[in-house]
Amino acid sequence: MLMKFLFAKNEEIPAGSATIFFGFSSIFWFVVGTGLGSFNAAKLAFPDWVTGTELFAFGHMRQVHVLAVILGWISMAFGMTMMYMTPALGNTKLWSEKLGLWNVFIWNVGLSLGLILLWMGITSGREYSDLIWPIDLVVIFGVLLPLGINVWMTIAHRKTQGIYITNWFFGACIFMLMIVFLVGNSPELFNLTGLTEAYMTFWFAHNVLGLWITPVAAGIAYYTIPKLTGNPLYSHRIGHLHFWSIVAFYSTPASHHLMSAPLPEWLKSFASVEGVLILIPAVAFVANILLTLKGKWSMFVENLETKFSITGVLLAIPLNMQGGFQQTRAINWYVHGTGWIVAHAHLALLGMSSFLEAAAVYFGLQQMLRRKLYSLTLGNLHYWFFIIGFCVYWISMTIAGLMQGAGKIYEVPYIDVVVAEHPYMIARWAGGTMVFTGNVIWLYNMWMTAREGTLVPKGRYAHELAYER
Amino acid sequence: MGFQQYKFGAAGIGLMFGFSMCITLLFPANDFRSGISTWVGLDKQLSLGRVIGFSYEDPFVTGAGKPIVVILDKDPKTGAIIDPPQRAYVYNPGIKFAPGINHQEMLGAGVEDLSKSIGKIDQSDMASGAVFTLEKGEFNGDEVDYIVNASVVRGWTPAGTLKAAGDENTRYVAKGKTIFVTEGCWWCHTLLPEQTQDWQFFGAPPYLGDFNGEMPTAFGSDRKAPDLLHVASRNSSREWMTMHFFNPRLVQPNSIMPRYDYLWGKTDAKGNTIDMNKWRAEYNAYVHGESIYPPEVPEPRRDSEVRTLIDWVLTSLR
Repeated sequence: MLMKFLFAKNEEIPAGSATIFFGFSSIFWFVVGTGLGSFNAAKLAFPDWVTGTELFAFGHMRQVHVLAVILGWISMAFGMTMMYMTPALGNTKLWSEKLGLWNVFIWNVGLSLGLILLWMGITSGREYSDLIWPIDLVVIFGVLLPLGINVWMTIAHRKTQGIYITNWFFGACIFMLMIVFLVGNSPELFNLTGLTEAYMTFWFAHNVLGLWITPVAAGIAYYTIPKLTGNPLYSHRIGHLHFWSIVAFYSTPASHHLMSAPLPEWLKSFASVEGVLILIPAVAFVANILLTLKGKWSMFVENLETKFSITGVLLAIPLNMQGGFQQTRAINWYVHGTGWIVAHAHLALLGMSSFLEAAAVYFGLQQMLRRKLYSLTLGNLHYWFFIIGFCVYWISMTIAGLMQGAGKIYEVPYIDVVVAEHPYMIARWAGGTMVFTGNVIWLYNMWMTAREGTLVPKGRYAHELAYER
Repeated sequence: MGFQQYKFGAAGIGLMFGFSMCITLLFPANDFRSGISTWVGLDKQLSLGRVIGFSYEDPFVTGAGKPIVVILDKDPKTGAIIDPPQRAYVYNPGIKFAPGINHQEMLGAGVEDLSKSIGKIDQSDMASGAVFTLEKGEFNGDEVDYIVNASVVRGWTPAGTLKAAGDENTRYVAKGKTIFVTEGCWWCHTLLPEQTQDWQFFGAPPYLGDFNGEMPTAFGSDRKAPDLLHVASRNSSREWMTMHFFNPRLVQPNSIMPRYDYLWGKTDAKGNTIDMNKWRAEYNAYVHGESIYPPEVPEPRRDSEVRTLIDWVLTSLR
């Protein structure tokens, strides 16, 4: 069906097609990404499990997990939400459904190719920018540029007077991510070396998180929560405080990832101070969303999408409390490089960000398919597998990280730390496997929704209808 | 028309983002440029070559097109004894040079001057290859290390140098680091002892000039295993490394490191096929207490991947 639409006239492609293909692609990559995560975690708990084959070695699979989740699940879920939220907020149609479909097609092909190469060990050897530079160019010009053109043109052709805060996030973050990809991969493109390369690696890694994964997820919540509850956003102005403080402060603290490397001290101090300022957008965001929910808190229990969305918002509280302070010198020396950071990274990506996106993907797919979710039971099962699995992962890795930190400063022989961490590695694997299982259920549920979900009448929202299963 | 949001927005984002890019990119770049290469930095870039990881000369990241390190105890041309033995970095004809050879300004003040005036590195020619060595010199009262193009200064040829060293004194350092990168060793082992602690176990943190010309640096960020920057100072046994790479639990029962037995290839040093199933069966019997000794680890071939990896660990991580 995708092939048919790729060569159809734009007018003949039904509205929402791009959203649907993006949505299912993102869930597929979520299943792949978490499956790989579960497999990798098993190897950390039981190192002799599946050995002897180069392709199933931990070092060949770890980066595939990371990038499948970031560029497959999270970024494609962003693409999906942009395909339906941007036009809805401008009271218009998507600028080009055809461009959207080409975008999702090139994205899937390019990402698959990049990940297969990575899996084979064809890598740039730079964390988070592991993809070789030809694939980076595909990401910039084949994936991000078409996505940006579609979003920017849709915003430009809007029929509303102002630009809603969600669209500010969408439009600006795509632009900033393109710059981040270009500059962050410049060591590969121009063979910059040494400390410049090391710094650019983490400049890239930080800014992908700080200017793409967390702010776009927050921007999504500014749409889903008012839409689901029917309450207007508590304050658009506080939303702008959030947006502009992200642009101003959170584009700068990259070097807090290298606090114990020989970078200039002024740079580390500057980054550390700017990193604490994440609390401004964080408090603005969380307060704004939670106040929007006034009078509708029962939906947190009763409505699946709200449950996902608010869980993500609530997880933003520990996320930013950790994030703001763990990068100061006072705390960083203790937790740097330990499992604490792994737990924090999963809190950002698997916790806060993924819950917000899951809510938006649930909501958007039902809207665009014009079908009610197939099964509430499976939806709830997904939620509980997801949140319990995540919490098991997060708590076990936090404890393991604190033990590692203690081992580090009290100069315990490393092997004793490995022994002490073993039970937490098993818990980590169990938690990750629960999340993976939940996602398999989700993919089935969504597939069945597309085939057998109750049709949603014109003018109604899917979440207004009662479930039939 | 009045107030237009997108104009304000575009200007605002341009201004703020541009400002933060100045602070995080432009100003640090000036600081990085002032770094002066140390011996460690020069040794790294000469032994690793232009780039580890994906590149034109090595698109499949197998370690092709890289320089070779040799440890010389006699002059390849005159045969005079060199004591203590000296490292030489051999670039066969056509192998791309380390970044500092073509872009001497990145070596830093003093290093650049001596490398050009005494070391003649600006006369290096890729087509005919070159051999480089490191020397100590004085520049404006400071001791600096500098690069010498021994092909120009002493008439050493790449082929002659390799022959004089022999296989036992040859270290495939660049190929070894390629294995380190492709096998993802750096997902668990960092190459960055922290400035705040780590001195006791993992040794001194690196200096500003220790990285000039290295690509990628592969610091690692997630430490699930010991830091390796100075590992060869703690343990320099090739035999221990061989056993540890084949199956880490032979020497450290509680290790969670993966087995790297596939780096041996199909045959051992004597050309016999390595029977992995038999080895595993015997090892399992040992683990379950059915035999007293574990099976012998096969001796790696001279051209096996694990040999290059151990070469890199023992030569560079000191």
